[in-house]
Amino acid sequence: MKKKLAEIAHSRAGDKGNTLILSLIPFQEEDFDFLVKEVTAAKVKTHLSHQVKGEITRYVLPELKAIQFTCLDALAGGVTTSLAMDAHGKSLSYALLEMEVELDSGPSQ
Amino acid sequence: MKEKIRIGCGAGFSGDRIEPALILTEKGNLDYLVLECLAERTIALAQKRKQQDPNTGFDVLLERRMEGLLPLLLHHNTRLITNMGAANPLAGAQKILELAARKGLKVKVAVVLGDDVFDSISGNELSMEGNKPLHSYGQLVSANAYLGIDAILPALKTDAHIILTGRVADPSLFLAPMIHEFKWDEDDFKLMGKGTVIGHLLECAGQITGGYFADPVSKPIPNMHELGHPFVDVFWDGTGIISKVDGTGGAISIQNSKEQLLYEVIDPGNYFTPDVIADFQKVHFEEIGTDQIKVSGGTGKTRPETLKVSVGFQAGFIGEGEISYAGANASERARLAGEIIQKRIGHLYQEFRIDYIGMSSLHGEKLSSHSNPYEIRLRISGKSPDKTVAGLVGEEVEALYTNGPAGGGGARKYVHEVLGVVSILKNRYEIKSEIRLFES
Repeated sequence: MKKKLAEIAHSRAGDKGNTLILSLIPFQEEDFDFLVKEVTAAKVKTHLSHQVKGEITRYVLPELKAIQFTCLDALAGGVTTSLAMDAHGKSLSYALLEMEVELDSGPSQ
Repeated sequence: MKEKIRIGCGAGFSGDRIEPALILTEKGNLDYLVLECLAERTIALAQKRKQQDPNTGFDVLLERRMEGLLPLLLHHNTRLITNMGAANPLAGAQKILELAARKGLKVKVAVVLGDDVFDSISGNELSMEGNKPLHSYGQLVSANAYLGIDAILPALKTDAHIILTGRVADPSLFLAPMIHEFKWDEDDFKLMGKGTVIGHLLECAGQITGGYFADPVSKPIPNMHELGHPFVDVFWDGTGIISKVDGTGGAISIQNSKEQLLYEVIDPGNYFTPDVIADFQKVHFEEIGTDQIKVSGGTGKTRPETLKVSVGFQAGFIGEGEISYAGANASERARLAGEIIQKRIGHLYQEFRIDYIGMSSLHGEKLSSHSNPYEIRLRISGKSPDKTVAGLVGEEVEALYTNGPAGGGGARKYVHEVLGVVSILKNRYEIKSEIRLFES
């Protein structure tokens, strides 16, 4: 069964120039390992291919039970000169949360 | 020496709400209030205003914010630290003194100078973003270094009520009073890291009390219409308890704290400020009461030898035009309208973009392929060095009223000047800060 990330995790988007930063935090801490296994940098790169043109680095933070994706060349030049409606990319947290994951190995809920 | 100080944050960007800072100062029992009002581009825009009128260039809301705040700050003996000086802290200080004189109040303002390094830029420096010389981006309009605690501390040592800065790293606005009050050693990078974590969590004001977090389905937050801004009790050992004034809206939670900790952080193990390379990886949050989150576990490594300098440049003009279509075949008519404009003027622009608002303007076609909304707003934007050419975008969209698809309504057009920002690194020892004191 497939589920959207939005059902098991939350996210905040931040920008630094042309770099997009997306956190991914499970609602239930016990789902952290599942997210680490399923939501790889490569999968996020495929999911956000229309938006992220550069490399994605994933930071796994076991103490915080959070994951972070730092995405290069992701904001059409960055907030100061971009033609995009959402030049900061603030809404892109919800683009990440649209990603679907397979629930066989299952999160807790 | 104090064991605990309380710092509030009453604004997290230049356009932030005004009343949360008033509530914090009146009811928060604060030692310090921070107003963080400068983004990368804000200071370049301020620099342009200053070029046109040397008496401007400070934050455009400075006077409105200080109007209600100044008497409260003096009454409650709360010191204000703010970067509302923007491109012209000296003129900002004069504005505050004028306001104090009008109200019959006596106030001392310490101005922090030294971030403006425009005169020392040759244009040949290579940008961090593109590794290209600065002059290749366009005409340069500003260069402001991110100053740190070493620039703010001399101002705190005076008896000034208000410390007014230009470009200063946001967390330094919070770390400086901690060092000042607790007599921390600036080379104790663990403490610098802890203080930086707290500053980083607070600097966006409402983003730690539920703003930019709330989702009525998955992350509900109460009373968003009267969102309270945060304060933090910082203890001498670098732990902090983040809270807010009782009765204000919003909520402070561990979930929200995690989101804000990682916000705009490129590498959580290496967060660069002028004061420290901080490590956020082992930060720990504990809920010790309603809307009370204890923060510990931050640390740091060393102090960078360079400071980041934001350089503003003229990047031409962006023209925009919008028009809406609704009902049967709305998306097809919107697409036809987009094609018409593309064929007529698309070739005139360095960058040209067609968005379908309500369908694919935010995240492109891929994620929105299943949507079929009742109404679509076409938005076209184009960038040009020539203001007239940029303006043509809106004119052409408006002309779709009589020359385009059926039922196009509500056309709007805009043109604005674009200031780009790129960064360079500069040896910190080449950048000298100073303070000046003024009183009414």
